[in-house]
Amino acid sequence: MDGVSTLTNLVFEMNPERIMDEVRDFLGQFISNIDIDPDLNLFTSGLLNSLFAMQLVLYVEQNFGIQVTNEDLEPENFKSLSAIQGFIQKKSGETT
Amino acid sequence: MEIELNTAQKAARDEFKIFVDEHVAPFADEFDSKERIPDILIRTICERGYMGAMVPKEYGGKAVDALTWGLLCEEIGRGSASLVSLLTVHSMVSQTLAKWGNEEQRKKWLPKLATGESIGAFGLTEPEVGSDGKSVLTEAIADGNDHIVNGEKRWISFGQIADLFLILAQLQGKPTAFLIERNTEGFSAEPISGMLGFRSAMLAELNMNDCRIPSGNMVGNIGFGFSHVAGTALDHGRYCISWASLGLLQGCVNACLEYAGQRRQFGAFIKDHQLVQEMITEMAVHAKAARLMCYHAAYQKDRGDPSLIMETSMAKYFNSRVAVKAALNAVQIHGANGCSDRYPVARYLRDAKILEIIEGSNQMQQIIISQYTHQEHIKAKRQALIKELETGS
Repeated sequence: MDGVSTLTNLVFEMNPERIMDEVRDFLGQFISNIDIDPDLNLFTSGLLNSLFAMQLVLYVEQNFGIQVTNEDLEPENFKSLSAIQGFIQKKSGETT
Repeated sequence: MEIELNTAQKAARDEFKIFVDEHVAPFADEFDSKERIPDILIRTICERGYMGAMVPKEYGGKAVDALTWGLLCEEIGRGSASLVSLLTVHSMVSQTLAKWGNEEQRKKWLPKLATGESIGAFGLTEPEVGSDGKSVLTEAIADGNDHIVNGEKRWISFGQIADLFLILAQLQGKPTAFLIERNTEGFSAEPISGMLGFRSAMLAELNMNDCRIPSGNMVGNIGFGFSHVAGTALDHGRYCISWASLGLLQGCVNACLEYAGQRRQFGAFIKDHQLVQEMITEMAVHAKAARLMCYHAAYQKDRGDPSLIMETSMAKYFNSRVAVKAALNAVQIHGANGCSDRYPVARYLRDAKILEIIEGSNQMQQIIISQYTHQEHIKAKRQALIKELETGS
């Protein structure tokens, strides 16, 4: 983990709202509606293309300094904004 | 951002170039006509460590950076697009396993893939399913600790010789990835011949008839086979094809410079005819642009930046398009000679067309790139609005 990722991790570890804002901003690149419902199912919404899944994995890894592995491939971790925020918070706790 | 190769990358590029000039380019037309890559060449590639060049060191690979891998794909693509597809599909399997395999799978397969003891291939496409990959008809059913797989895969590069196939099937109605070994009972591979291009890519149609595979061969989780497992493989495949397209394009430039500097018409070398100069200029400039797109994608790949996915898509789209254009003009410059098998340009043209189709057709890339461009536009407008609100202007 590089210095920037470590810093990012520490900043967001205890701040779910900041994580939510960050992820919402990222999702905003793909979904034009800025007010994304935190519980909207992203993968059944029809709002995202097939490349989004891997972009999300890379985003989470690069921005929060965590490694997404095969064990993390659960719908509960990625299905919505809330789920992604919870996943990042959980993984950040594991790596710090 | 630096766009200059470092010393190690320059040395690697020189090594790849010599290898291709000695072992690949002089024989590529023969491979093409025989529709086969000789075993001895594949063994040589394995011995040089090229098959496992990107595999992590702890599993026996060389863990080269993305740019060095790209340089290898470029040089081999310059010699034989068919051969670069061996590196492409093999590394699609190894890189995907490195990312989404569990430790047991990585320990079992990656060392063999790194040395080439096992050759990997990627099985997504089916007789009735191409671009809509998540809708494959191949089916897996759980049976005790195993899965029973039934289905067909078509146009599978190096399916004639691969030992390990990463395939996509429906499990509980959800796209799921599995590893299938060639020696699995009920598995068979029928060679496909007579293709327009990539003729020596040893394509095969795979048939899986009640193939019983251990549950430990599932890669990733149920339902993540297309979005994440195949998504990783296809992104890596597009990366390889971007560089291979550049290699083919550079091959066209080289062939045309050689030919136009020797061929005389109307008392002058044709390189001095302005309409020939126009064609050579265009392909040379396209080669420069294609190389920059590859370098940029390599930079993002090494950083693990999310933009890598779109940068790679754009590089694959652009590079394969300009490769086709360059190959068309290369044949034009060579005239009747270019339509014969005396020069490589006819093969370049046939192979270039395939580059526009594989690893996501260019029409699929256009849809995705267009969406991305709109997203970028909206993002820029939103950021401008936020800045405006913050400054109160």
